[in-house]
This record gives sequence, C-alpha cells and structure tokens, in this order.
Amino acid sequence: MSVRYTKDHEYIRIEGDTGVVGITDYAQGQLGDVVFVELPEVGKRVGKGEQAAVVESVKAASEVYAPVSGEVVEVNSALEGAPATVNEDATGNGWFLKVKLANAGELDSLMDEAAYKAYCDSL
Amino acid sequence: MTESNIAVSDAPLLRTPLHALHVAHGAKMAGFAGYDMPIQYPTGILTEHLHTRSAAGLFDVSHMGQGFLIGPDHRTTALALEAMVPADILNLAPGRQRYTQFLDETGGILDDLMVTRSPDPAEDGVLMLVVNAACKDQDFAHVDAHLPANVKLIRAPHRALLALQGPKAAEALARHCPDTASMPFMSGISTKFDNIDCHVSRSGYTGEDGYEISMRVEKVERVARALMSEPEVKLIGLGARDSLRLEAGLCLYGHDIDRTTSPVEGALVWSIQKRRREEGGFPGAERVQRELRDGPSRKRVGILPEGRQPAREGSEIVDQNGAKIGVVTSGGFGPSLNGPLAMGYVDTVHAIIGAPVQLVVRGKNLPAKIAAMPFVPNGYYRG
Repeated sequence: MSVRYTKDHEYIRIEGDTGVVGITDYAQGQLGDVVFVELPEVGKRVGKGEQAAVVESVKAASEVYAPVSGEVVEVNSALEGAPATVNEDATGNGWFLKVKLANAGELDSLMDEAAYKAYCDSL
Repeated sequence: MTESNIAVSDAPLLRTPLHALHVAHGAKMAGFAGYDMPIQYPTGILTEHLHTRSAAGLFDVSHMGQGFLIGPDHRTTALALEAMVPADILNLAPGRQRYTQFLDETGGILDDLMVTRSPDPAEDGVLMLVVNAACKDQDFAHVDAHLPANVKLIRAPHRALLALQGPKAAEALARHCPDTASMPFMSGISTKFDNIDCHVSRSGYTGEDGYEISMRVEKVERVARALMSEPEVKLIGLGARDSLRLEAGLCLYGHDIDRTTSPVEGALVWSIQKRRREEGGFPGAERVQRELRDGPSRKRVGILPEGRQPAREGSEIVDQNGAKIGVVTSGGFGPSLNGPLAMGYVDTVHAIIGAPVQLVVRGKNLPAKIAAMPFVPNGYYRG
C-alpha cells in the first residue's frame, strides 16, 4: 500500500487504479474541531490541484484540493452526520473521497511519508 | 488544503504580559489586533466553548484598551463623554457600568466600549473606559481631541485585563475576592484579589455571568495562576471567545458594526437611553433620531441556517426569488447550539423573526430563517 502527500496536507492512498483522498493528521490538528464537510458529486472530474471538497472547523472554512486528476467514484457520506471523524481518524474512517486516477504519473510529484514528515517538521 | 481567512500583517506583533503563560500551556498563537494572542489551547475551541458555558473560562483580554477619564466632578466628566457617545452617562450611578459606542458625525460607529463610573466617592468625576484593541489608538486620539480642558484622558497601558466567564465564575472568584459574589450585572468595584489591588466589573462578552478583572501588568500572572488553580477554571482562547459572543448575539467591531453602520441599524437601540434619544446632543444624533422615528433602511438580525453547513462573513443573503437583501457579517458554528448560526444586515422589510431567507455559500443557496438573538439564553446575574 502506498500513500502520497501534498504540501497542502492532503493524502492519497493508492488502492489499484483508485486513490483514497483525505486530509492528514497534521492538517486536522491545525484545523481544530471539524463541524462540516462539503463533498463533491460522484462522477465529478477534478484536475490535480483543483478544489475537490471543503472542510469547516468552528473558526474557518478550508478548501481541500485533489492531489491528482481523475473522476470522483465514491465519497464518504458518513462524514455528513459525523464530521468529527476527520479529527478522530483522519487517515482512516475520516477519508473524503475516492478518485479514479487519470494519470498515475502525477503521483511522482507528491511526497512519500518520509518526505512529508520532514516537510511538517520544517513548518 | 488552505485556510482562507487568516489575517496577515507585516508589523511586529505586540505581546500581553501573559504571552509566555499562553505558550507554556500549548496555545496556538496568531495575530489579532496587532497582538500575538492565544486562539485556542490543545483541547480545542469546541471544548473551551462548552467549558465556559458549563463552568468557568479565563480569558486574557489585556490587549484591549483601558483608560480613565478624569474631571472635576461626575457631571463635567459625564457631559464630556456624552458629547462622543449616545448613552446616558450623566445618570449612571456610582459603581455602575454601561455599554455604548463612539459615533462619528454621520452616526457611524467608530468603536464600541464599556464605561464604568467609579464607585468611590473620593473619585467623583472618574470614568473607566475599555475599548477594542484594534481601535484603541484611534479611540484615545479621538477622545483627546474632543475633551474640554478640564477633563483629561489617562491611558492605562500599565493595566492588564482578565475575563472570567461562566456559571461557576462567581464561586471561583469569591474564594479570592469575596465581595464580588453579590455584585449585580453591569457594576464595578475596587477591591483586592488575595492582596492585589484590582477593579472588578460583573460583565463580559460571552452571554454568561462573569467578571472582568483589571490589575497592574506586573500582578496579572499571579491573578491568572490563582484562578487557573481553581477546579472550575480553564484557559480559553479567542476562538471560543468569538463563538461564545456570536451565540450571545453580541457584535464584533469591524465585522458586525463599523463606520458604515449606525447604532439603530446595528440593533443597539437598547444602549441609547430615553433621555439621549429625545435630547440628542451626540455625533450623528440627527441620523439616529431620524432612524428611530422612521426606521432604518437595514437592520442587524440573527440568522439560523437550516442543515449543518455554516455561512461565513461576507455570504450574501437573498430572498426566496434570489434577489440580494443583505450580507452576513459574522457566521460560523455554535457549539452550544450544536449547529450553524450567523448574524448580518438585511433590508428592514425582511427583518422579521421567522422569515425565510437564503444564504449564498460557494454558489449554492442554503435555506435559512431570520432568528431572535441571543441564540442561546444568556446567564447574566440579576441578583
């Protein structure tokens, strides 16, 4: 299983030709208590770096960008009733959406876990 | 992922005397009104907010501007301030406090402030002012420029300010300062906290019972640590302060009120006593009296979105046909309400409690209703 990270603190966990996208544990810690998540429609095509979702804490709304291009094939509807799952389990049950990769080569531009950890330590 | 509404400024940030204490308690710090302030502590805004509503929260509000107006007698000092604000200060009894606004010549709000008349007969002619941090330099320059020769403004940067708020604030404070227990809401006394001289008022900005405690800068850490050691008390950051005041329906200057809004539009008529409404004699009185007579063209209202999605400051308010009728000036999530809430201005014909409106959020129209404020019942101590 391979996970890649963006500088904007999204992760994408590769499962075959699909990637599971969410925000990292670091990101949920920075946001604080998540109170609302706006998810895209299934079937929407997103480009790498385009807004894919919105996550709202008590104090602010933040955009979540697609780490790679592709088609949204599933969204985590459970977050609508339980947005705090993003805080409790950001990289597990707190995932946002699944995207069918349009170009697996885009993954090469993302950080692996060691690089992302070093990046967070530098912030 | 990016956050969109973090204020950015190049000026070096000032620090309150409790800065190191905030950092040592794991606060997430950020610039606010020129100060590096605690936004939240490790337990987060939701927990801090709910703690304040159920027990007692301690807030460092030392960034706010404190000052004293000093004249030969109460009448002289009160009339000098009344030339700048629409509240009745003349009939403010010793030891009583009022909320008011500095107005400009067109009735626009320059800032909002708290005014306390000294309870001490030996200090007849002394009024204590607390103004917003972001406005304090302009406010004090404005006051200086408008005072008669026999009334002076003494700024008090040597004083720090704490707020202790919540239903258990009274019992926690009384262990250090017993004479605060029976103070009525919106009153002030000079007293001792343990052995430290301070001014205490029974007021605040959370909608809860509570106090604001003013003491010299070098004493504030002792007072703060003594209060933090009380079992009911937890440190609370500005994030929860904002969600608490929004649930209480209270205005944040620069957002819900500013130079473009009058106190009538801002639904602050309750803070203009009858004598001043009738007599005028404050800046912008013509507009305020006209709006009192004919109604303002727009009015600040509470708004409850249906569903779970918050509408933030700047969201357009539209009617059922999609025509713009106003704008959200504060919006977010209310932890005690357990749902989204907002306040904003709408054309007065739409300012009817229960009326359906829509809020435009990221291109979509969310159904909402005009709502009464406060959004959660306030817990002020009425004796």
